[in-house]
This record gives sequence, C-alpha cells and structure tokens, in this order.
Amino acid sequence: MNTPKELRYSEEHEWVKVEGEQVRIGITDFAQHELGDIVFVELPEVGDVVTANEPFGSVESVKTVSELYAPISGKVVAINEDLSDSPEFVNESPYEKAWMILVEPTDSGEMDSLMSAEQYEEMVKED
Amino acid sequence: MSELKRTPLFEIYKEYGGKTIDFGGWELPVQFSKIQDEHEAVRTKAGLFDVSHMGEFEVKGSDSLAYLQKMMTNDVSKLSNGGAIYTAMCFENGGTVDDLLIYKIEDEHYLLVVNASNIDKDYKWLEDHLEGNVTLINLSEHTAQLALQGPLAEVVLQKLAGDTNLAEIGFFKFQQEVQLNGKKTLVSRTGYTGEDGFEIYCDPKDAIALWKEILEAGKEEGVLPCGLGARDTLRFEANLALYGQELSPEITPLEAGIGFAVKLKKEADFIGKDVLLQQKENGLPRKVVGIEMIDRGIPRHGYPVYKNDELIGEVTTGTQSPTLKKNIGMALLKLEHTNLETEVEVEIRGKRLKAVVVPTPFYKRAKK
Repeated sequence: MNTPKELRYSEEHEWVKVEGEQVRIGITDFAQHELGDIVFVELPEVGDVVTANEPFGSVESVKTVSELYAPISGKVVAINEDLSDSPEFVNESPYEKAWMILVEPTDSGEMDSLMSAEQYEEMVKED
Repeated sequence: MSELKRTPLFEIYKEYGGKTIDFGGWELPVQFSKIQDEHEAVRTKAGLFDVSHMGEFEVKGSDSLAYLQKMMTNDVSKLSNGGAIYTAMCFENGGTVDDLLIYKIEDEHYLLVVNASNIDKDYKWLEDHLEGNVTLINLSEHTAQLALQGPLAEVVLQKLAGDTNLAEIGFFKFQQEVQLNGKKTLVSRTGYTGEDGFEIYCDPKDAIALWKEILEAGKEEGVLPCGLGARDTLRFEANLALYGQELSPEITPLEAGIGFAVKLKKEADFIGKDVLLQQKENGLPRKVVGIEMIDRGIPRHGYPVYKNDELIGEVTTGTQSPTLKKNIGMALLKLEHTNLETEVEVEIRGKRLKAVVVPTPFYKRAKK
C-alpha cells in the first residue's frame, strides 16, 4: 500500500494535498485496491460547493457503486476531466493522474481533523 | 445476524485469491482475480465456478410427472431420460416462486436444481402441494456443484473424463456416473454464461479435489477460477434472468421475458396458468427489455425509469458490459414504452439520464 507522507487523509479514504490556497482531492491507493477496477467516475461541476463528510461524487466498478465523501468543505474550482474517458487512472495512479477535484476551502480549520499518512495506515490496519 | 452458509469449497477460496461477499446468506467469492479478466476467460477460453450453493431436490414416484406438470410452467412430459429443461414455478397469482432446471434421471425420477436463496421457500411450496405417489427429498447438503464454462470447457474436462466422450453429451443433456479422475459425477451440458460448458454435480467430499484437478488440467488453456461477479455479468450479457432481479413473486415469467419456458398449450393445468393465459390474451402490463445509456451513467438494479415525468418502471440489472464496454441494463417497463428505440430516462442519484430501449441479448456466442 502506497501512502505518500506529504498528504493528509480522511476516514473515508480520500487524500488531500495542499497547494497554496487550494486543495487537491482524490482517493487512496488502499481504496482503489478495495474497490477493484473502476469503470466510471462521477464528479461535481466546477462552481459546485462540497461539504465535509457529504458525498461529492461516486466511483463505480463493474459490480458496485461507491460514494466519494468530501474530506473538507469548499468550492470546486477544477475537476479532472480525464477521468471520464480514463477511469482506469484511479487504479493505475490514484495520487497523480487520478486527482479528482481542486477545491477552495471555506474552513481551513477542517484540515486539522484529517489524518497523517501514519495515522491513516494505522486506521487501515485496524479495519 | 445469522451465520453465513458456506460451500465445501470455502476453505480453498483464499488459496486462489478469492474475495468473499454475502450473497443471499452465503459467503461466496465475488472474484478471484479481476471480474473483467474472469469474464474474458469464460468468453474466450474457460472459467471454473463454485456453484455448490445451488439447491437440489429429488422427486420420485409413480405420480412424479403429473405432479411436476402441475407445479411447473414448462412441459415436463417432453423430457426424455438424460435430458434437462429450464422452467419456472409460479404462485396462483402468476408471480414467480423460482426458476429452475429439471433433469429427468429416468421414468418417475427427476432432479430439480433451484436457486440457493430459494431452497427453503421452494421446498415448502413443493411439499405443500405434494399429491399422489411422490416423494420429495432435499439433497442440497449432499451435493456440490462446479460449473466449467467457455469454448474450451470440453477440451479441458475431457482430460479428466477417461472413457466418457463428452462430445456425445448434447446441449441440455446430461450423463450420470461420469468418472472424472475416479470421482463419480453427473455431468450436464448446461450453464448460466451464454457459452458452451458443463455443470458438474458431485459428492461434497470430492469437490476440492475436483476443483484443483480441473484448474490443473486447464492450465495450458488458461482456465481461471471465477466468482459471482463474472457470473453475473456473463449471464446478464446473455440475457439470462436472475431470480430477485428480473424474476420475483411480483413478476410473472412472461413479464420477465422467459415465455419460452411457459407452455400455456400443455394439457395439464399448472399453478398460475389462468393468470398467465390472461396476460397472454390481454397483453402484458409490462415486460423486461434491454436499455442502453445515452447520457453518461451506469444503470443499476432498482433505479427508477421515467418517460416524460411518468414513472414507467425500474432497472432490474445494469452494469458496464465487460464484453461491449457499454453502460447497459435490463429494465421492467410498462408495455407501451418497450418498443425498440424508445427513449426513456433512468434516475441515477437524483439525476434523470437518457437511455434507449435496445434489442437483447447483448451478447450471443458465434455458432461453431
């Protein structure tokens, strides 16, 4: 399992990368492995508002649909358009090619409730 | 929560990478490698499934045929010894109790193979309607079943079959007492994938050895162990109904599109016949059709379907087809919206997305 040290993690298996005033969001290597081959990704639209711990989209394998939960609240400023034609990026490159949304956070305090890579690995081990 | 039931093969799933899920109270493998790879193996080579959860009942006695004719929608009198038939069993109101296979072992002796989740319900239903000299025995616990499916199934299984020439077993025929590496089995040329292949019934104590030997024999041909995920996508592409989705107590076999297994002209009256006859004469209120998404989205079981803001039915099965790479489904719709090329809307997470009624099956194997 790959868990980059520089990222923050949510209990719902999303990663968050701080990029200046904005944060980039995707799902973890652990999550993509559990879900199996992703064949469809549904994302919000640019300008939509996402709310921490509420669904902002979904990923689907052949067999299942899984909601994506926003790790923090904010306004969507960009989405990864590539995922509509190449959902397999989620499996191949969960932290790079398969980033999902770029968000302008409304409450920077929410970042504090996210886990470090070590804490996330610990949580996954306990599951 | 009650404990999940397991088949005799449960203990070796892990060895083959099997990931299990709760399937109607059974702990069964959803996949061993990847659903797409397993699906592909069955379409192009062969795949091996553990289907030991299926139920088996024996029906014996001098009134067996009359009894089965009363219980079943298909014409059991047409079966010859060594033959199998697909049929439905209906409630009085025409709703479906189950869909099943009937094997005719010999005169006055039949084997019924029913869905795992319906074993108790079916047994009770059959028991409650026993009539004349008929005995009904539930053999489910004493029977394991493997399915080897795919164009290379015969080549692979023949390696274990010694003197038995499997090529002589025709489609929907079976042979008893086939020795597979010295293990006594019943081998039937049937399946649930849309491919050629066999269903193999054996003693539970032989199941693990047989599983291993078939995979070993099929190594060269690329046989893969397959789970329920691939079984579902394979049967769906071939337009084979699944009980609990296309079929249920609320859905008649005619509505589900398995009218070929309903013989309204057979002499014997069967349970549910009046209602089915009426449906046939007055037209079905609704039926299962194929749909393909126009907008981006994957239809799934239970999603509502609309036409001009009117709720006209729901999706019974849907996925992204591994063979066709299209987002397709089956949907039970009001009859007036079932013509090919009718545009409908599937509601996916609150959004109405365009889809169109298309022909089925989505996949048909090339004739040899």
